[in-house]
Amino acid sequence: MRQRTMEIVVGAFVLAGCGALLFLALQVSGLTPQAAEPTYKVYANFNDVGGLSVRGQVSMAGVTIGRVTAITLDPKTYQARVEMEINKSAEIIPTDSSAIIRTAGLLGEKYVDVSVGADQEYMKDGDTFYGTQSALNIERLISNFASGK
Amino acid sequence: MMDRLATIGRGTFDILASLGRSSEFLLRSLVAVPRPATGLPLLVKQIYAVGVLSLAIIVVSGLFIGMVLGLQGYNILTDYGSEQAIGQMVALTLVRELGPVVTALLFAGRAGSALTAEIGLMKATEQLSSMEMMGVDPLRRVIAPRFWAGFITMPLLAMIFSVVGIWGGMLVGVDWLGVFEGSYWANMQASVDFGEDVLNGIIKSIAFGFVCTWIAVYQGYDSVPTSEGISSATTKTVVYSSLAVLGLDFILTAVMFGDI
Amino acid sequence: MTSESAFIDIQDLVFLRGERRIFDGLSLKIPRGKVTAIMGPSGTGKTTLLKLIGGQLRPESGRITVDGICVHELRRSALYDLRKRMGMLFQSGALFSDISAYENVAFPLRVHTKLPEDMIRDIVLMKLEAVGLRGARDLMPSELSGGMTRRVALARSIALDPELIMYDEPFTGQDPIAKGVLVEMISKLNRSMGLTSVLVSHDVPESLSICDYACIVSNGQVIGAGTPEELQGNPSERVQQFLQGKPDGPVPFHYPAEPIAEDLADGAQR
Repeated sequence: MRQRTMEIVVGAFVLAGCGALLFLALQVSGLTPQAAEPTYKVYANFNDVGGLSVRGQVSMAGVTIGRVTAITLDPKTYQARVEMEINKSAEIIPTDSSAIIRTAGLLGEKYVDVSVGADQEYMKDGDTFYGTQSALNIERLISNFASGK
Repeated sequence: MMDRLATIGRGTFDILASLGRSSEFLLRSLVAVPRPATGLPLLVKQIYAVGVLSLAIIVVSGLFIGMVLGLQGYNILTDYGSEQAIGQMVALTLVRELGPVVTALLFAGRAGSALTAEIGLMKATEQLSSMEMMGVDPLRRVIAPRFWAGFITMPLLAMIFSVVGIWGGMLVGVDWLGVFEGSYWANMQASVDFGEDVLNGIIKSIAFGFVCTWIAVYQGYDSVPTSEGISSATTKTVVYSSLAVLGLDFILTAVMFGDI
Repeated sequence: MTSESAFIDIQDLVFLRGERRIFDGLSLKIPRGKVTAIMGPSGTGKTTLLKLIGGQLRPESGRITVDGICVHELRRSALYDLRKRMGMLFQSGALFSDISAYENVAFPLRVHTKLPEDMIRDIVLMKLEAVGLRGARDLMPSELSGGMTRRVALARSIALDPELIMYDEPFTGQDPIAKGVLVEMISKLNRSMGLTSVLVSHDVPESLSICDYACIVSNGQVIGAGTPEELQGNPSERVQQFLQGKPDGPVPFHYPAEPIAEDLADGAQR
């Protein structure tokens, strides 16, 4: 009988632990249970990625559609080449769209914003963005402003 | 000079020898898995002793640490006018660091010392010897269930600690200091990543569980079977576990979050 | 005594603990089906000898065979199998403190046999009855007196009906009644179950009253052996000193030291 009570208590304990895991997953990290969506890769060349990091968000009209998977330096052009994985469901980026690095809030994280173009054709796996706009560098902005340019 | 060198040399060999002995001990108790029919009740009993009985101290400490984090975080963050980020701060601190580390330290003090003392006492009263003479391997019967119990309970306790702490942070931040509840959770969910933060925290606590239990059962098993021997083994368990946890935490943090 | 009838045969045993030679060429034969008492002053490693026979310690050199099997050359699993044929009564009893007397006696049965629960119950109650403690079966070890603890431990060591049972200082720290009970039980068990019994003790009268054969160990060697009568007539001074409990003799009263006059003079100079 004592063994049985102990088993029940231990069972409740393990259940509490699993409940804690579930809470951490759903409520704390906001994980929504869904299968990993198929993705495709696109690239963008920036003059300056200043502050953008791998796993950064890629969004379109404020909606997250993918994430940054790699940032490399192109040895020929001296530009940063950013590799992004975009969800298949968002395979509707017009070929003349441009990628802009923006900051969330005043001091927040850098993310890639897709500015939608007007072309009828969509970008495919392996394509590169036609136009880009590099990260806004606050220090440079302030120094430009101070020197009156 | 030669004397000192000889002392250092002997000390080094002593450390190597005890490391070797404890590794052999670890290996043998990991291999010695009892049959499920007999092993499972033993495991349940040990999870009860190691886990359930540590629950009270874990919950209470978690609550207080969460409340302190909420209070301190609020004071610092209001200076920047960003007290909404309090949820993010509390959750990240707990899930990444304080949850696993403080749980491991409390575990070493509460359950680890008890394990050492219990096994040391069993050794001193010849219970382990008599088990061997009955043809029962004490590693399989006594050590292995305790080892696995510690290994299983630590992550569970660490997660419960984090959850209670987050709730404690909300109690202070939202209910007492008036941060908007929606932004408490929304900020948290935006910044805490399940794979990056929660899973890494769990991996940490699994590593701590492994190390703490190993040290505790080994110190008990290797103790000098006298009352002084057991008390010094218990002290060693707490000291070594705490140091090992903090050192290991630095290494794991560097690997997980340090871009190394 | 021929070698065929020896259940345990120890030859030229050498065992070191640190720098100290606990046994230095000890040879001993323990006959089958008899009670053998191994006696000697405290600290001569009598308990160590039992642990060597049980394979818990390994000798530096020499051979220990139990029923023709060399103990210290066995692999781990074979050693554990051999130990099922041995019972050992520890000085402290060594009952598992977290389970009741009943469960303690049932422990070896549960681990080594696949008997159904009602048969285990029958065996346990029979063994407890044999030591007169059937009524105490639900008590925890902490609730038992010293003598009762040893009797429950005895019931536990005979639970698997071993061929050999080793008693480690069974009389130490017992009141006269408990001693009498233990003496009675050891000889009764030996006769009724055909056990080979090895008794390690420094209680001379109790040991000699039940053993068929005795030997005295001192300084790592056997200094006297034989039946109790033979021992009483042994001419060796050391044997007689031990048997009669004289404070001084070949085994000196003083721990080796420089002469006391020099020691005191040293202190005065300082």
